[in-house]
Amino acid sequence: MDHVATLLVELGLLFLGVAVLTLLARRFGLSPIPFVLLLALALGEGGLVGLDTSEPFVEAAAEIGVVLLLLTLGLEFSAAELVTSLRRHLPSGLVDLALNAPPGLVAGLLLGLPWQGAAALAGITWISSSGIVARLLTDLGRLGNRESPAVLSVLVLEDMAMALYLPLLVVALAGGGPLRAAGGAVLAVGTVLVVLAAAHRMGHRLHRLLSHPDDEQVLLRVFGLTLLVAGLSQAVGASAAVGAFLVGIAVPASIADRARALLGPLRNVFAAAFFLAFGLATDPGEIWPVLPAALALAAVTTVTKVASGWYAAARDGVGRAGRLRAGTVLVARGEFSIVIAGLAVAAGAGRVGPVAAAYVLVIAVSGPLLTRLVDVVPGEPSQAAAR
Amino acid sequence: MDVTETLLPGVGFRYEFRTVAGTPAALVVHREGPVDLVVYDSRDPDRARSVLSLEQDEADTIGELLGMRRVAERFADLSREVPGLRSGRLTVPTGSRWDGRPLGDTRARTLTGCSVVAVVRGSEVVTSPSPAEPLHAGDVLVAVGNESGLEALADLVQG
Repeated sequence: MDHVATLLVELGLLFLGVAVLTLLARRFGLSPIPFVLLLALALGEGGLVGLDTSEPFVEAAAEIGVVLLLLTLGLEFSAAELVTSLRRHLPSGLVDLALNAPPGLVAGLLLGLPWQGAAALAGITWISSSGIVARLLTDLGRLGNRESPAVLSVLVLEDMAMALYLPLLVVALAGGGPLRAAGGAVLAVGTVLVVLAAAHRMGHRLHRLLSHPDDEQVLLRVFGLTLLVAGLSQAVGASAAVGAFLVGIAVPASIADRARALLGPLRNVFAAAFFLAFGLATDPGEIWPVLPAALALAAVTTVTKVASGWYAAARDGVGRAGRLRAGTVLVARGEFSIVIAGLAVAAGAGRVGPVAAAYVLVIAVSGPLLTRLVDVVPGEPSQAAAR
Repeated sequence: MDVTETLLPGVGFRYEFRTVAGTPAALVVHREGPVDLVVYDSRDPDRARSVLSLEQDEADTIGELLGMRRVAERFADLSREVPGLRSGRLTVPTGSRWDGRPLGDTRARTLTGCSVVAVVRGSEVVTSPSPAEPLHAGDVLVAVGNESGLEALADLVQG
C-alpha cells in the first residue's frame, strides 16, 4: 500500500477501535478515557503493533485536541456562574486544593521527580474530571439532588483555577532561575487578568466578530480564532492550552451556547486523538514499575477528594448520605490530568507520563464505580434508568 | 407557592418547591432546554427520588397545559445576564385587597422599584400589562427588580 492508503487505513482502524471502546465503556457506565489510553498503550512505542505512518498525524491532531478540550472547558461556564460559585464555595475550592494537590506533590518528590514534575503531579491529583463528573450526575439522575450545586461549584472553581495553574506550571517547566520564573509567573497571571478584563469590556465586539446566522461561519470563526490565539500564546511561551482556555472564557455567553454545540463533535474526534497520542508516546514497560505508587496515590487521593466533596456539600447543609455522594462523585480524574501530564512530558519531564497514565487508568475507573456503589448500598436501587 | 431558584453551574437552574400536600419537588431546567421533574426522597431529603425527563418541546407543551408557558424561565435567563437583577413570581391571594382592582392601584413600581412584566392567569398570560389591567385572586405576577424590592413587592401584593 502507498503512504496515503496506509495512513487512512491505520486512522480508520484507530477511530473504529475508539468507537467500540467508547460504546463498551458507556454500556458499563464508565468513562472511555482509560480504555482509549489502554488501546494506545498496546499500540505505539513499546507496544504490540507500531503505528509508524499515522503517529505523526495523531500527534498533530492531539495538539488540536488539547486546544479544543480547553476551549470547550472555557465555554462551559459563564462569568455569572463563576461569581456565584466563588461567593458561595470559595472555602470549598480552597479545601479542595489544600487536600488534593499535596498528595501529588509529595508522591512526585518521593518518586524522585524534579520539583516541576512534582508540581505537575500535584495538578494531576487536584483537578477532577468535569467531563466524567457531569456525565455521572446526569446518568445517575443526581442533578436534582441537593448536593449537586456544591459539586458543580467545585468543578467551576477547579476549572477557573486551571487558568492560573496552567501558565504557572508552563513557566516552571520551562526552567530558568527563580527570578525568571517569578517574572514569567507575573506575566502569565497578568495575561489571564488582561484577557478577562478585555472580554468583560469588549464582549459585544467579540460577539459581532463571531456571530453569524450561518452555523458554518460560527464554527469556522471560533475554531480559527482559537487556533490563532493558541498558536500565539504557544509562541510567547505560555502554552497553546492556556490561550485556548482564555478564548473559551472570553467568548460571550450569547455565542458560547452555540459554539459549544457546534464544536462538541469536533472536540470529541480530536480529544480522542489526544488521548491516543498520549498513550502512544508512553511506553507500557514504564507503567509496571510505577503502578504500585499510582495505586497508592489513587487510594490516598480518593480519600482526600471524598473529604473535600463532603466539606463542600456540608456547607450547603446537605445530610451525610448526600455528602458522601458529593465526595465520591468528584473522585474521578481524567482529561485534565492527562492534559497536565501532556504539558509536563512536552516540556521534558518525561517521567510524569507513565505515573499519570497509571494513575488515570486506575482512578477514572474506580471513581465512577465508587460513587455508584454509594447509590446502591443504602438500600434503594438507583434511579439511573429514568433517562 | 414558594419557589427557590438555585443556579447549577454548567447545567442550568433548579426550581425547588413544596406542594400543599407536603411533597418536596423540583424542576431542573437545563440550559439547552430539557427539563427534569424531580421528587425528593422522604428518607433522604437531599436525594432526587424519581425523575421525569422532558425534552424541550415536551416541556413547552406541558408548560402550556399547566398555564405557565415558561414565562418565569425567560425572566430567569434575564436575571442571569444582568447581575443583581432578580425575578420573582407572586400570587395574588384570595380575599386580597387588590382583587378586582387595576394593577396601577398597587403603585408597585413607585413603592418597590420592581416592574411587573407579566400576569399569569390560568392558561392566559398577559405580557407587559398596562396599569389598567385588572387583578384577580389567583393571578401570578411575574416581576423583575432587586432583591429588597421584590421582598417589598411580596409584602405589598400578599400583605
